[in-house]
Amino acid sequence: MENKTPILELLNISKRFPGVIALNDVTLTVDTGEIVALIGENGAGKSTLMKILGGAISCDSGTVKIEGQTAEIKSPREASALGIEFIHQELSVLDNLDVAANIFLRREPTKAGPLKLIDRPRLYRDADALLAKLGLDLPSRTPLSRLSLAQQQLVEIARAISTGARIIIMDEPTSSLSLTETNRLLEIVKDLKAHNVSIIYISHRLHEVEEIADRAVVLRDGRNAGELARNEINRDRMVRMMVGRDLKELFTTANGNGLKGKHPDWFAVETLRTQRYPNHAVSFNVARGEVLGIAGLVGSGRSEMARTIFGVDEAIEAKIKLNGETLKFATPRDAINHGVYLVPEDRRSCGLVVDFNVRENISLPNLESYSTAKIISTAKETTAALSAVKSINIKTPSPEMRAANLSGGNQQKVVLARWLTFSPKVIIFDEPTRGIDVGAKAEIYALIRKLASEGVSVIVISSEMEEVLGISDRIAVMHEGRITGFLDRSQFSEEAVMHLATGAAG
Amino acid sequence: MKKELGIFILLVVLCIIVSIKNPNFLLAINLQNLARQIGAFGIFSIGLGLVIITGGIELSVGSMMALLGVFMSMMLTEWGVGVVPAILLCILVSMVLSLTHGLLITRLNMQPFIVTLCGLLFYRGLARFITNDETKGFGTVAGLDFLRYVANGNLFGIPMPFVLLILIALVTWVLLHRSVYGRYLFATGRNAEAARYAGINTKRIITAAYVVAGALTAISGIIIAFYTNSVSPANHGNAYELYGIAAAVLGGCSLRGGEGSIVGILIGTALLQVLRNLVNLLGIPSSLDFAVMGAVILIGVMADQILTERRNRRQVTQMRSATKS
Repeated sequence: MENKTPILELLNISKRFPGVIALNDVTLTVDTGEIVALIGENGAGKSTLMKILGGAISCDSGTVKIEGQTAEIKSPREASALGIEFIHQELSVLDNLDVAANIFLRREPTKAGPLKLIDRPRLYRDADALLAKLGLDLPSRTPLSRLSLAQQQLVEIARAISTGARIIIMDEPTSSLSLTETNRLLEIVKDLKAHNVSIIYISHRLHEVEEIADRAVVLRDGRNAGELARNEINRDRMVRMMVGRDLKELFTTANGNGLKGKHPDWFAVETLRTQRYPNHAVSFNVARGEVLGIAGLVGSGRSEMARTIFGVDEAIEAKIKLNGETLKFATPRDAINHGVYLVPEDRRSCGLVVDFNVRENISLPNLESYSTAKIISTAKETTAALSAVKSINIKTPSPEMRAANLSGGNQQKVVLARWLTFSPKVIIFDEPTRGIDVGAKAEIYALIRKLASEGVSVIVISSEMEEVLGISDRIAVMHEGRITGFLDRSQFSEEAVMHLATGAAG
Repeated sequence: MKKELGIFILLVVLCIIVSIKNPNFLLAINLQNLARQIGAFGIFSIGLGLVIITGGIELSVGSMMALLGVFMSMMLTEWGVGVVPAILLCILVSMVLSLTHGLLITRLNMQPFIVTLCGLLFYRGLARFITNDETKGFGTVAGLDFLRYVANGNLFGIPMPFVLLILIALVTWVLLHRSVYGRYLFATGRNAEAARYAGINTKRIITAAYVVAGALTAISGIIIAFYTNSVSPANHGNAYELYGIAAAVLGGCSLRGGEGSIVGILIGTALLQVLRNLVNLLGIPSSLDFAVMGAVILIGVMADQILTERRNRRQVTQMRSATKS
């Protein structure tokens, strides 16, 4: 590394939106073959900075330099021409095409002649060669729709590399990946580094940053909040820089002894067979006031189980008891009427009607109680919404704000608020903090704990090891549709969970 | 109300221009005639609007009207059915057929466009077959005074179809904008999956919208049949579904679903009828009729789109400044 000119320099970047300074004199440099983690809470300015780099928006002042040369990036296409590629949190692959078509989209090799027909043999040959080089075991003719999310993400990375990218920006690349898939991705990132590709790695998952980053750059409220070199990177330092204060312990200490003894099988799933795994019956109990964590790899059937309990998916067989009473949930309405709620995995498409405002979202499942003779009282709705906004600290200027405009953490609180207006007996959280910043995470965890202490049975499905170990009183681990084992708090360890999650018998 | 304001201004401006160019526009007889047509077209347009809010579409309206028209005529003039049973049967048939559309769409997951396109073809064919392709009228059968009054009469100088429209609009306004059903309809149209997770029976909500649309189509159909006083099975009601869709879209309904209002649909209907009237009054060749309508709808929807985007941007800005402070 004799060459000391950084490959990328973002110098003194400022960007003002009407009424807000999104970036204030922010500087970020990246060396060749360096992995720089860009971290900060939601709204800290990370995505604005990356949008400027990608040419999606322009900055008010500041300079972008590539290998020491000032660059004016006015469009994503220009960014691409300079060797800058983005892997976004939301996948941008086309699942109606196959792997090769996705990799070479807009750069298809063509045959000679005026029709510019696609040279199909070459397309697949090139794609296979590229996949082999990356060590990906994927036939290039596989339709994307047949791949898992993680594999689709890898296709996206392959596409970025095939353009000869020198700088790859990864925005929350692991948010939908399982543990093993995450590890696979981190290996690939390290491999890219070995090939002198520079990476800007944006993630809320701090242990990933600990594992791979050469340097961590922290943004807070649109300013540089500090930098950590490889040997200084640790969780506590990063959190302190991100929030600007010492964060009290993220997890309120689990207290599994409270009500647990009194109603050990308050919520009892005696047999449950889902459409995904019709031959595997699942059974478990959750005590009153207990938080049962459900760990496992993506695809182990956890979300399907949650959806089937809640009545969204039709069960092959279901025998569920709540406080001794046998329940039959054919639709979510049945579950809701019995006090069993689901906070789904995908907030934006299942949890909320994002075009509805906060008030309308909170009242939606409980609308009858805000109405007289089927006519809704907006005043009653507003009162309920205001009290929810206040009691669980939803950051919104008013209950009339569209949910789409809220941050992920606040959207999640809105989903939760709608169930809190009832008196919940069982709440299932499916990946409750995916894509949510550290501050809001702590608040969600505190809410989960509070619910448990009030006697609610809580089930938390989580792919984040730290989360599932931190929040649960007991953990059930799933593998390919079966529960492979239960762990009590004294048995909690990353190794024990991984052992069961990969299919070892409990 | 903001959303309807733009299209309302367009309507007012058009009216002013027409009345300046041709003062006959303001003659009582012209205005009455206009109101009568707005009434007849507005009623089924409201139904179509509800279907569009679910994210669906109903293309069979015109054919359904032809079928119901000849059915009505045959019941009254050939089969000796009484007036009241005939009206009820007519509405019932329409609701049952619409229920079938709704069930095919929600239970078999068929696309609304396909289901109702087949309805469009099927009902037209059926109407022509049962009449041997002969035009049907209501002849000199006694006891039809009430129906003739509803279609052609006035109440205190206001055409009856318009009066009916206002009554129906009031009821559906409460239904759509104040009732639990209306909120569910919007939620389902915006995001059916999220609505299901909130415990809404989305299949029932969507089916109900088609059934209501069927009932309103039947009411409009009876009025229009008595207004034209003859029903030619091959042409009656041709392309009326497009008037309804245009009115709903002009009035702010999004074909993606989840958006729209009764007031908007009313203004949209009025605008379309004023346009038809304008073509006559300003001596524009009637062959240009559809071209004028097409151009105005395009401009109206385009302007609305631009304003909506501007409004959304403003709300995002407001959000940003609110969370930062």
